[in-house]
Amino acid sequence: MMTPEQNFMRKIEAEEKIEPKDWMPEAYRQNLIRQISQHAHSEVIGMQPEGNWITRAPSLRRKAVLLSKVQDEGGHGLYLYSATETLGVKRADLIAAMQSGEAKYASIFNYPTQTWADIGAIGWLVDGAAIVNQVSLQRTSYGPYSRAMIRICKEESFHQRQGYELMIALAHGSPAQKAMAQDALNRFYWPALMMFGPHDAESAHSAKSMTWKIKRETNDDLRQKFIDQTVPQIEFLGLEHPDKDLKWNAERGHYDSGEIDWQEFYNVINGNGHCNRQRVEHHIRAHEEGAWVRDAMTAYNAKQQAKTTEQRQAA
Amino acid sequence: MSDFDLKAATQEYATRLGDDSVVLGHRLSEWTSNGPFLEEDIALSNVALDYIGRARMYYTYAAELAGNGKTEDDFAYTRDMREFRNLLIHELPRGDFAYTMVRQLFVDVFNTHYLPELAKSTDSTLAGIAQKAIKETRYHLRRSHEWALRLGDGTEASHQRMQRAIESLWGYTHELFDADPLEAQLADAGIGVHNAALRPAWLEQVSAILTEATLTVPKDDWAVRGGRVGYHTENLGHMLNDMQFLHRAYPGCQW
Repeated sequence: MMTPEQNFMRKIEAEEKIEPKDWMPEAYRQNLIRQISQHAHSEVIGMQPEGNWITRAPSLRRKAVLLSKVQDEGGHGLYLYSATETLGVKRADLIAAMQSGEAKYASIFNYPTQTWADIGAIGWLVDGAAIVNQVSLQRTSYGPYSRAMIRICKEESFHQRQGYELMIALAHGSPAQKAMAQDALNRFYWPALMMFGPHDAESAHSAKSMTWKIKRETNDDLRQKFIDQTVPQIEFLGLEHPDKDLKWNAERGHYDSGEIDWQEFYNVINGNGHCNRQRVEHHIRAHEEGAWVRDAMTAYNAKQQAKTTEQRQAA
Repeated sequence: MSDFDLKAATQEYATRLGDDSVVLGHRLSEWTSNGPFLEEDIALSNVALDYIGRARMYYTYAAELAGNGKTEDDFAYTRDMREFRNLLIHELPRGDFAYTMVRQLFVDVFNTHYLPELAKSTDSTLAGIAQKAIKETRYHLRRSHEWALRLGDGTEASHQRMQRAIESLWGYTHELFDADPLEAQLADAGIGVHNAALRPAWLEQVSAILTEATLTVPKDDWAVRGGRVGYHTENLGHMLNDMQFLHRAYPGCQW
């Protein structure tokens, strides 16, 4: 007879998915709750920097595309909250943890969207980096997370193409538009690289997550994929690469790149980026402004239920 | 009217309907990331998208009739406030959630009666747009009806917010049923709709919903008008400042 733990590890090694009702180590459950809810919060907080340009989108087509993209992100947030709830936690508690700063969301959303080109840069680079990570997570060991990733990846690839297409329009536009595109690339390139997290040696949660196959590839390997795929995309746009140390390494078959500013990385992660406070305050404000609506819904449902019970008793 | 006049009038009419749609769609889009909970945030964005979609269809048709190389975006992004012809109710600020849902209820019930009439238009493009929009409006009304009940018959606080929104929006509903000579002539020609004839059915349905929601139907003792002649509230100028910013800052660019 195998112990539950041995059976769990057998499944992990055999690439069988772990499902909500299966036995799992408590640390595995906690690790998943942390990672999936962080992912859900990222989708929801990510609605703000892009939402910042919905009312200023420069054509009706772009406005519709951006609205539906931000709406999709809300939808991703919903699936991911549901996936987290399969682990025995409540969405309200997860949201409270994010609002108190106890739970994190992707640091990239603490950078401001200053110009219209930032919307293109986010679609292209930020969604692009997210996809590299998420494609790998389609093979994650927890069933509900893996299935959410498969669904989300399809929509994210669509967003990435739309973002890149927006950048093409700017890069091929007037000199001012091209400068706007270059500026957005310069500001978002490095933060996009930071999305893969610290170097493997420094990564707090990596080793255990790899053993349990929650994570399937290391931060540095995923980051390298993204660096390599982005070079020809920048060339096609006719823009300058923001990394002046970038060089093809024939021996490795990859690009070597300049070092990330890790001080900035930790500064933003620790809550001191441009928009950390603004993002959380915005979320809290919308949540508090909506409290009377949620209360009214609860009260109305209770009244309806009481009426139904009364009718049943009378009958 | 001669054929030429009819074409010009139809173009003007399509522009007005496009203005109604783009302005309301914009207001609804201001809810994105500000909704009372995630599901509702998504639903409001959906309704906003439907209206932006309508604006694009109406403007594209107006551009086609103008035949001078203009596009949908010229209508939305290069005209100043006084040239916009939307009815005022659409441009009022998003307000709180009660205000948005009451406005939506009034407009959704109106469209429930208006669009089936427009769908009978002898102008096949306008009829086609109306056909598509009817389906969306059915879903919109299901939502605004449900919200009227939940908020009207929810808590004391939600009831008060709803009643206040009804009182402050009621005077803007009269304009929905007006017709200037252009719209009257288009209706006579079988292209437009006799809006005034829709009011009894609108009032009956709105009253039934408000009563069901324990809310009070206001008296008809005030009305504000002017959208169809470009006499707007102060709100529209600020909306256009946002909406048209890039076109103003970088004239003549493609986006």
